[in-house]
Amino acid sequence: MQWVYLFTAVALLIGLLIILIRAVVGPTVYDVILATNAIGTKTIVFVTLLGYISGRPEFIDMAIIYALITFITTVAILKFAEKGRLD
Amino acid sequence: MHWNEIVTTVLLALGCVVSLTGSLGLLRMPDFYTRLHTSGKTDSLGQFLILIGLAFVTPDVLTCIKVVSVGMILMIAAPTATHAITKAAHLHDLRPWTRSDPGGEP
Repeated sequence: MQWVYLFTAVALLIGLLIILIRAVVGPTVYDVILATNAIGTKTIVFVTLLGYISGRPEFIDMAIIYALITFITTVAILKFAEKGRLD
Repeated sequence: MHWNEIVTTVLLALGCVVSLTGSLGLLRMPDFYTRLHTSGKTDSLGQFLILIGLAFVTPDVLTCIKVVSVGMILMIAAPTATHAITKAAHLHDLRPWTRSDPGGEP
């Protein structure tokens, strides 16, 4: 089963590189926010896969925390971009 | 191979295809709203497929519950974030690109 996990991880990394190009190129600030959100979502799955590759599925705790942090970060940045302040 | 490993392999392959398609769409689409359209859907579905596939091969019950809960969090959080991004861009008068109105974003 290890090669299946490795193949999936490599596919996720290729997707991450493609999204990173968009995050660097992106004409508007919303493209950058969208790419950052996509990178965060892919990173959650990548951390989970790393746990399975190394045979320690307890890495999933980090994935839960990263999911919550990514969501809160995106909403906070959007609120700041929308209103200009955070309160 | 046991039956759950076969199910996991199929789900992981589907998740890879969907995820890579979304990434390519995010790079290739012409304007912001179409990029959001590709990325917002495939990000939810692809990662959910991979996580559910991983849940089939977890050795113990607690880790399985955690993997499924991460999938549920993603299924709720990713469309919410996509909606928030769309609303912010729309409030900032970001025009969509159309054939008759190419003055939007190229």
